[in-house]
Amino acid sequence: MAELRPARCGSSARLTAAFLCVFLLVFLRCASASRDVVHPGGSTQEDFLQQHSNSTEHRKAFPVLAFNYEHVRKPFEISLWILLALLMKLGFHIIPRVSHVVPESCLLIVVGLLVGGTIKAMEGAEAPVLDSKLFFLYLLPPIILDAGYFLPIRPFTENMGTILVFAVLGTLWNVFFMGGTMFAVCQIEGAGLGDVDLLSCLLFGSIISAVDPVAVLAVFEEIHINELLHILVFGESLLNDAVTVVLYHLFEEFSHEGSVSIGDALLGVVCFFVVSLGGIMVGFIYGILGAFTSRFTSHTRVIEPLFVFLYSYMAYLSAEVFHLSGIMSLIACGVIMRPYVEANISHKSYTTVKYFLKMWSSVSETLIFIFLGVSTVAGPHDWNWTFVIFTVFLCLVSRVLGVIGLTSIINKFRIVKLTKKDQFIVAYGGLRGAIAFSLGFVLTDSKMKHMFLTAIITVIFFTVFVQGMTIRPLVELLAVKKKKESKGSINEEIHTQFLDHLLTGIEDICGHYGHHHWKDKLNRFNKKYVKKCLIAGERSTEPQLISFYNKMELKQAMMLVESGNAAKLPTVASSVSMQNIQPREPPRRRVIPSVSKSREEEIRKILKANLQNTRQRLRSYSRHDLMIDPFEDNVSEVRLRKQRVAMERRMSHYLTVPANRQEAPPVRKVGFESEHQVFTYDDSESPGDRSVQTKPSSAAVRLLNESPQRPDQSDAEPKPKAQDDQEEQLKLSRCLSDPGPNQEEKES
Amino acid sequence: MGASQTRAANKYQDLTEKTGFSAEQIKNLHTRFQQLSGNEETISRESLENISALSNNPIRKQIIEAFFDKRNQHQNEVGTFQEISFEQFLMVMSHFQPPTLKTTEEEKEAMRKEKLRFLFNMHDTDNDGTITLEEYRKVVEELLSKSGAIGQEAAKAIADAAMLEVASTNVPHMAPDDFYEGITFEHFEQILKGLEMESRMHIRFLDVDTTTMRCGKSTS
Repeated sequence: MAELRPARCGSSARLTAAFLCVFLLVFLRCASASRDVVHPGGSTQEDFLQQHSNSTEHRKAFPVLAFNYEHVRKPFEISLWILLALLMKLGFHIIPRVSHVVPESCLLIVVGLLVGGTIKAMEGAEAPVLDSKLFFLYLLPPIILDAGYFLPIRPFTENMGTILVFAVLGTLWNVFFMGGTMFAVCQIEGAGLGDVDLLSCLLFGSIISAVDPVAVLAVFEEIHINELLHILVFGESLLNDAVTVVLYHLFEEFSHEGSVSIGDALLGVVCFFVVSLGGIMVGFIYGILGAFTSRFTSHTRVIEPLFVFLYSYMAYLSAEVFHLSGIMSLIACGVIMRPYVEANISHKSYTTVKYFLKMWSSVSETLIFIFLGVSTVAGPHDWNWTFVIFTVFLCLVSRVLGVIGLTSIINKFRIVKLTKKDQFIVAYGGLRGAIAFSLGFVLTDSKMKHMFLTAIITVIFFTVFVQGMTIRPLVELLAVKKKKESKGSINEEIHTQFLDHLLTGIEDICGHYGHHHWKDKLNRFNKKYVKKCLIAGERSTEPQLISFYNKMELKQAMMLVESGNAAKLPTVASSVSMQNIQPREPPRRRVIPSVSKSREEEIRKILKANLQNTRQRLRSYSRHDLMIDPFEDNVSEVRLRKQRVAMERRMSHYLTVPANRQEAPPVRKVGFESEHQVFTYDDSESPGDRSVQTKPSSAAVRLLNESPQRPDQSDAEPKPKAQDDQEEQLKLSRCLSDPGPNQEEKES
Repeated sequence: MGASQTRAANKYQDLTEKTGFSAEQIKNLHTRFQQLSGNEETISRESLENISALSNNPIRKQIIEAFFDKRNQHQNEVGTFQEISFEQFLMVMSHFQPPTLKTTEEEKEAMRKEKLRFLFNMHDTDNDGTITLEEYRKVVEELLSKSGAIGQEAAKAIADAAMLEVASTNVPHMAPDDFYEGITFEHFEQILKGLEMESRMHIRFLDVDTTTMRCGKSTS
């Protein structure tokens, strides 16, 4: 059913998109043109008064409609651009075939090229260029924050050594190799490059060598490569910022002087440590502040996400003030803040943070690529065949050599060695992007700047288009391991923890302080001191396994609630239930597996909020107050009933399938059935009724009420035993759900 | 110097073949063994329990038991030792070796099985070939043993949920009357397939640098 739609949607969407584009472009033209035009009536007070005082004879009519574009020009144009970018993005995803072959970043650059070309073709229109200030202050931080906040910590720290080697040594190698060889190229007679000195070449090298996180993210996210490679390339792109910053400033300072002394070089090394460690320090401080603040937000849940965003942004800006590495500061802030903040903030705030970060980073990324395209068309270019060709070629060569060389050193220290395939992907995935462009853009104006910019743009285009497009088929061809779908298995979590402790113990027996020993020490320190300060309430002493378990329970509850609303059942994966694993015991009151009180409250609230009786409406709604609101979207009872009918029909299919089928365990655990008790058609039916029905029509409804029922139609099962079991089953499930109205008295 | 090296090499030759450690690694481990045993030939449980660093470990008892478990010696015996010799110590340690670049796929498979078997033996304390619900509950309880009261309450629920997961993954359709006896080794392998044991369950046995070993002296 889903396949038929896009065909029709595609063509109509394309038309709509095309129409919108034309419309927007026309608007842009008018917008830019109107700047030169004096505005008609109603503009300023002075004008009006003057007219009034001068010509009292012809009184001007009260302007019913006036055109004042200057007033809103800036926000209007910004919004228009963002809207255009997002519509483009929308368009790509509706057209399915293209997005499989070509990565989104390429398409966006092409759109940028088109828009830039269109603007250039119009006389008097000024294209917005990828201003460095705009890029570094507004477009880049959301992407980095999104990456840093959701950075998978375990693989990152496990591979930290490798990542650092690639980031620092790899970038250094690239810079000096590129700089040196480009200088050699410039010495070639007849290329017209004689006036490019060594320092300028090194400066150019430092701009072009760094792997770009935005481009890497954009391409790697679509190919779903395995976690190790993803974190290696991505981690490298994040951590090489410090090296880039230092080298760039170093060479830029001294390209004016003309030479670099040894003292300056040593200062450069010191500067590197200051920049990177300082950046991390700044991020760390803001992260702790953010975590501490979130401890007290339990009464003002609405503004919780803002704290996360603002503290992180401040960390970035503060680092930039001192010319420290803003990217590393942002990453450090996000990483430090996350575990504590997530333990403190509400579920809704967590979702908000997640979605806002994804949203902003998506918009930023789109805008960056479009602007890159526009700037390409707009910028003054100076094309020099030799320079450009050699740049592209040498970039590739230096990357490959660097990766191979470093891997041979790294593999001596790694347990899980990097194979040739891995090395190839790491080398091939070294994409350059907008950071290089922006750094080149702020160079002081000179003939060389234009040449550099052209070369930079060519390299960016080459890596994004050629490498970006071919990496997917290459990954398929080389059969590189893909990302495994992890479904959050509690067994894996138990055994991960078990393994951690086991390996720490073995290390202690062996008597050597290995990774596990220090990790264990850090964890204990964290648990003993840090968590108590930064996490509110009883969550501070919650062990990790329990939080994981609770998180999974919450997730299952949410999933059921959502599927309940949309009248779609989760696929019945298996018919195994609690009674299959509990050893047979004489029926006695079993201890209800319980979660802590506050957790239960939270889960209960969520279920209540979403499956609540529609009669209960909000009494008051203040703009600054988010109450636990039932059904804000006014679902009418009719619609609800229709949903229920559909749901019951489906459930009855499952339940009346012969003999051995029972409901899926997750359904049982969350007490889905008892929710139905609230919604049943026949309100007169008492929840205590448990008799086995064989009539097909009412079987569906009844079976719903008595869901942990053996659909054993042949035997007259010993009723008391059946009842007992069901009671126990319901009790088992009720700990997490809203108890039916009658049962509550019975229970207590 | 050279003579003692060759003597050491000969002494460890058969151990190298049996356990797969290099001579250097065996030497380091032997030094450690001497430390733990007080220069005796064997170590007992007390010697391991005296390691102060282990006191913070929630599964300390299980780890120590694993050393004295006959099943980990690959001799098809069952039961426990009272004391173990250096060779037996090495056999247990050999479960924690990492794969090298030269390890083939079959060898990796065998390695993974062996490591999983080690873990399985740690859980299956009564050696009946399955991990029952009681045994699994005990495992989770021990893991959470350092977390006080919160841990104890939730341990049961977590163990039940985990057991349920194993059962649903491996035997999807069970009649309501069926009883899932316990996790067999095959099911155990299945459920931990995603963890890539051969790469994760290892520690670094330093080859040449023994300075870190010396630091270890102060801990015991």
